Amino acid sequence: MAGSIDHEIALGTADDLQSLPILGKLHAWVVTVDHKRLGIMYIAGGLFFFLVAGLQAATIRLQLAVPDAGIVPPQVFNRLLTMHGTAMVFLVGMPILTGFFNYLVPLMIGARDLAFPRLNAFGFWLWFFGATLLYFSYIGGDGLYGAGSAPDVGWFAYAPLTELPFSRGNSTDYWILSIFLTSVGTTATAINIITSAFCMRCEGMTLSKMPVLVWLAVVVAFMMLVALPPLSAAQAMLLLDRFVGAHFFDTQAGGSAILWQHFFWIFGHPEVYILVIPAFAFASEIIPVFSRKVIFGYSVMVAASCAIGFISLSVWAHHMFAVGMTPAGNSFFALSTMLVGVPTGIKIFNWLGTIWGGKLRFKVPMLFSLGFLFQFLVAGLTGIMLAVAPFDWQLTDTYFVVAHFHYVLIGAIVFMDFAAIYYWFPKVTGRMLSETLGKWHFWLFLIGFHLTFDTLHFAGLRGMPRRIYTYQPGRGLETLNLVASIGALVQGVAVLILVINVLRSLRSGDPAGNDPWDAWTLEWSTTSPPPEYNFAVPPVVRSRRPLWDLKHPEDPDWKYE
Amino acid sequence: MIRRESGAIPEARNARGPYLPSRWRRKNALSYLVIKNVLWYSFNVTEIRDGAAAWAAAITGAAKILYALMKRWYLTIAIIGCAPAAAFANDWGMGDANSKIPPSSVFNPVSTPAREIDTVAFFVVSITAVIFLIVAGLLAYSIVRFRARPGDDGREPPQVYGSNPIEFAWTTVPVIVVLVLFLTTVRTIYTVQAAARPHDALSVHVIAHQWWWEFRYPGLGIVTANELHVPLSDPESPTPTFLDLESADVAHSFWVPRLAGKTDVIPNRKNSMWIDPQVAGTYLGQCGEYCGTEHAMMLLRVIVEPRADFDRWVTAQKQPPARDASVGHGRQVFESTACVNCHTIRGTAAGGRFGPDLTHLMTRETIGAGVAMNTPDHLRVWVTDPNVMKPGALMPAMNLGDKDLDDLVAYLATLR
Repeated sequence: MAGSIDHEIALGTADDLQSLPILGKLHAWVVTVDHKRLGIMYIAGGLFFFLVAGLQAATIRLQLAVPDAGIVPPQVFNRLLTMHGTAMVFLVGMPILTGFFNYLVPLMIGARDLAFPRLNAFGFWLWFFGATLLYFSYIGGDGLYGAGSAPDVGWFAYAPLTELPFSRGNSTDYWILSIFLTSVGTTATAINIITSAFCMRCEGMTLSKMPVLVWLAVVVAFMMLVALPPLSAAQAMLLLDRFVGAHFFDTQAGGSAILWQHFFWIFGHPEVYILVIPAFAFASEIIPVFSRKVIFGYSVMVAASCAIGFISLSVWAHHMFAVGMTPAGNSFFALSTMLVGVPTGIKIFNWLGTIWGGKLRFKVPMLFSLGFLFQFLVAGLTGIMLAVAPFDWQLTDTYFVVAHFHYVLIGAIVFMDFAAIYYWFPKVTGRMLSETLGKWHFWLFLIGFHLTFDTLHFAGLRGMPRRIYTYQPGRGLETLNLVASIGALVQGVAVLILVINVLRSLRSGDPAGNDPWDAWTLEWSTTSPPPEYNFAVPPVVRSRRPLWDLKHPEDPDWKYE
Repeated sequence: MIRRESGAIPEARNARGPYLPSRWRRKNALSYLVIKNVLWYSFNVTEIRDGAAAWAAAITGAAKILYALMKRWYLTIAIIGCAPAAAFANDWGMGDANSKIPPSSVFNPVSTPAREIDTVAFFVVSITAVIFLIVAGLLAYSIVRFRARPGDDGREPPQVYGSNPIEFAWTTVPVIVVLVLFLTTVRTIYTVQAAARPHDALSVHVIAHQWWWEFRYPGLGIVTANELHVPLSDPESPTPTFLDLESADVAHSFWVPRLAGKTDVIPNRKNSMWIDPQVAGTYLGQCGEYCGTEHAMMLLRVIVEPRADFDRWVTAQKQPPARDASVGHGRQVFESTACVNCHTIRGTAAGGRFGPDLTHLMTRETIGAGVAMNTPDHLRVWVTDPNVMKPGALMPAMNLGDKDLDDLVAYLATLR
């Protein structure tokens, strides 16, 4: 194969470091501005924190397996839940999606890199140091004896719990600064993706011929640009409160606790869609290939994604139905939230339309994608239940909500991240992941996921609030929680299988070839892994599926589009 | 090296920690050491952070333990056996008490707001269940029907690029469903939120604290904590109770699932909600918004009584507690220590507002916001060090001598 891993790495090595091969390789990765290497580093970093925050989740489930357990003290538990939530959103979900977009967008639009390679590297290192800073709080956060180390205010850090009287020491400052840094890095990536998609497309690729994934990357990037500044602004205000005695959220001095909630959720709800639209993007690439059919309703899929982007900017206060809004306010946000269900439903129907009449091949990426379809359907429907404001008065801040958003975050996003890993791993490394281990991974993870999160819905309906470090016996919660904890263990075993699969394939996986899945987008036309310049000759396309046109010259796509 | 966070006295750990008989401990010194270290390091690993020395100690300790385990496999079984023992701690009688009360299911309402929610919930769950059955059914069908079969000719299936009529159909139907759901939702929102407050309705001022509830009855001059007494409401002539919610520190949320949905209790803001429970009994509730260390143990009970019983309770609560000369020394201890800074007992020098009013302490079923049943034994543990029952509780350990402690508890036990 033209581009083996060693060959690829040697390209970036400085001469004076040749005498120390390991240092030289490391140096090449540190100074790289190549979108593929940065993408790999984003994904590898995201997976690393996925394991760390996953272990924290496992500890949480261990503590909650039985009532009145004393495995971790409450202070430690509260840090665990805060770090788990913050890390899974900012240190896992975000880098994995930016990593895949970094890697795939230039390849899919036939470009040699993103528009601003140095800005890309800058964004990555901001994310990297922001992420490190968050976990460094365990070592350096103990600003005041007994005030605790890592943040313990929950991932949405409601004021005034984050104000100095209630959060002494430096733990909350670590939370603010690390997320602030990763947000700036993400903004840089967003600008890069938008510019690249609009200015760097290869000859013949009009906007309406961009792969769905690239379209969705653009939607996500725009949402990042709109959604992240409110969070950064609110965090700056909180820093002012904490360090120079401002009173934005300081209720004891007349500040507003609700103001923080508005700022946070104006960021927070679009954030959910920033995380889930990439899952839609992966599904829109993977499902057609393994159904052997073109995506059903390309333009409707793109339009629905844009609609989700717009509507999701107007739904934030559905996280605040219980704060005592006026009935009119509650009604407005109930309506806007339900309306998001319409374009989301359209997407599910179109994937169904893609499967319909196809010839389904149940490779591991397809298995994860099908799991995603069912689970995202459930997550959407429980979302509709939560949009019914009065029902939400019962359900908000309970384990029903925990189960609902884990259905989105794991059942949809993590499932599609796994699908994407199995699908694009051959392209990135030139080696196949094992199908057998992949199927073990899929089935165990599926079983574990449903054991945990199906049962937690019912715990919430029985009155179990989220973020409690323990619960008393006799409240009808014991069995549900024990089953949920067993499910967490099964999921842990499944992730271990993924780790083994990846390590094994990196050493001795089957060679992948350029196009192992018989797919249709441009990244499969170059070598695996692609050379640093991606394409020896800039490609020219005539349709949305350039490789279909090549493989079926008798019946090309451009005749129909 | 290794610090405790809560500042609890060392004995506190015994209350929740593993227990190994001392004779066994002497005979099996090595095994004891190993088990102790495994439990210590595995349960406190996040607290070991004082530099490289502690990490080195932890790693060496773990290596030693691993080596010992490799040599003695039966220890592994012993440790696995010990872990659940460490996990089960004293529930201070709450398990028995809770199991006499039906679970706080949102689908078992006894009050109008919760009933309204239950009705709309049934409606939306039914609609979503039908949608799920249809869509998941279609998905399952197409996955089975359109699977690639062995012996396939390898040709690609017909490529279908889309269909505007179909897209139109599956856009319109969800829009109609959304409109129906929205109208139902709005009706319920207004029924619950815009209900008029009758001028003779009972009002209770709920003040949330880290981590307990204060209930003040403005018209009646009663102050109590963590257990809210309200009169039974007759569906024919409802006597609702309106709750005015305020917070003394951070955001909390008042939630008793069988009576109503939750309403946040937010500092610097006044919220209100109402309940009209129609079945007498005790209902469990709990803080619904993360509020810091002991959020999990900010429990509450609502005791719904027929009007006559409620009136008797009101009369009794209005009285100052009876004076009992035999507990004079305990009372003197209370009045001459820091207790009075935070607690009120009417008719004494104690007038603190930071902690719960103790005037009629013994009329409550539980102490520590529902963390333990209210018995003199539990009171003694609580006063000695609240961290044993509720790590992180804001009440300090009182460090009293045994005699003072006994007398103080004896005095508290007379506060009926």
